[in-house]
Amino acid sequence: MQKTLLVGTRKGTFFVQKHDGVWQARLAGHAGVGVNFVARDPYTGRLWALLGHGHWGAKLSISDDEGATWQDAPQQIKYPEGARYIAQDMYEDESADYGVGWKVSTKAATLQKLWVVGFGPGGRVYVGTIPGGLFESRDGGATFSLNRGLWNHPSRGGDLFTGDGTGETKWFGTPASEGGDFAPGIHSVVVDPRDPDRVLVAVSTAGVIETTDGGQTWRSRNQGMAMDHMPEAEAEWGHDAHYIEQCQHQPQHIWQQNHAGVFYSDDDAQSWTRVDDPDQGVYFGFPVTVDAHDGRVAWLVPARGDNQRMAIDGGLFVARTEDGGKTWRQLRQGLPQGNAWDVVYRHALANQDGVIAFGSTTGNLYLSEDRGESWITVGNNFPPIYSVRFA
Amino acid sequence: MVTLQFTRHLFAFFPHLAEGQVQVQATTVAQALAALEALAPGIDFYLRDERGRVRHHVQIFIGNERIRDRRGQTDPLQPGDTVWILQALSGG
Repeated sequence: MQKTLLVGTRKGTFFVQKHDGVWQARLAGHAGVGVNFVARDPYTGRLWALLGHGHWGAKLSISDDEGATWQDAPQQIKYPEGARYIAQDMYEDESADYGVGWKVSTKAATLQKLWVVGFGPGGRVYVGTIPGGLFESRDGGATFSLNRGLWNHPSRGGDLFTGDGTGETKWFGTPASEGGDFAPGIHSVVVDPRDPDRVLVAVSTAGVIETTDGGQTWRSRNQGMAMDHMPEAEAEWGHDAHYIEQCQHQPQHIWQQNHAGVFYSDDDAQSWTRVDDPDQGVYFGFPVTVDAHDGRVAWLVPARGDNQRMAIDGGLFVARTEDGGKTWRQLRQGLPQGNAWDVVYRHALANQDGVIAFGSTTGNLYLSEDRGESWITVGNNFPPIYSVRFA
Repeated sequence: MVTLQFTRHLFAFFPHLAEGQVQVQATTVAQALAALEALAPGIDFYLRDERGRVRHHVQIFIGNERIRDRRGQTDPLQPGDTVWILQALSGG
């Protein structure tokens, strides 16, 4: 079957396919609209695009004709009446020691960003959002509801639908929201191929969270992770997982690019092992992708972090491990090595059958057909690229 | 009846609004928006968030006056008024 790359950008959805031996891109919808994520539901074939209209809010868009036409999903994601969360906003405070203070308040939740969509069998569709709500469907996306077990989790202060909860949250924010608020965001949804009632999500900033009962109860899965930017490095909560991905055929293998390094689990996320290698530039970054068959094989696009957050020394490379992170190789052939400062966002790296592709916020799209050994340029003038997925 | 006028950007999503003059029966802006949703299902979530507040980058005018109540749109309407639904000049 012909491979199709679905590319979400700040100004529309693009499809990339190989024609006559050349990978070619075309605008495939949503011209001028921010597209945070585009993916195919492998169970229904439907294409989903998560839009961020600058003026008109976040919208779910679907296509059942391979992108020839798109329409707004019949039911949009909306936070239900009474959904509230504990917000922590920084503000200027001249009287404080460092000139800033933190204002803790309870806010009514409204949708700020659609960030990721994940799929499972039996009509399961999960949408991760800012401010930290996971929305789920069991009917292929015809209807969605807020997952209350996660929303009301004790780590977020408990049930704010019925009262004021504990008044304390251990979830912090991400600057990735479209409304400017510093609120938590769910950017990773992993539906276990062995058991769809087991789902992992990753949150900026809280960490990795697991349900094994179809979303009724949730627990942290942050054992072994460490935050070298925080006073209590191994706290249960507060980890800034940037992205997690699970091996499809060895699903006990899960990879995580984190703000504070690279972590790997070969025991179903029960524990994580630090596998970064700063000498090889492998530490900070946003995306990670794992081979579908060999859970020890993964690719990253490292960046200098977190004080710079751009390609290391102006030379773009992909790092690959084939031994569960014990060793890493820098793959540079065909990628620009001078004045290349690309940043690759968390959803903008993907692999399928030895083909690897990634796109950057500078609008460059690169692809390898030999597991990253060599790279070709698909294009240099795309809008800022937010997501790259294989259809 | 009041007349609704739109930024043409909305016609990309709701093309039938461009076909003729849109008039609704309403005594407040909130009522006008509710009537509009009946004519163009889904448009309300483009203009207001799920708590009913006018989105940050959406502007609504009655004649030449910007509405005051962005939270509840209680601003009163008189028969013959024109309500302008526009987008703020923001973006990138």
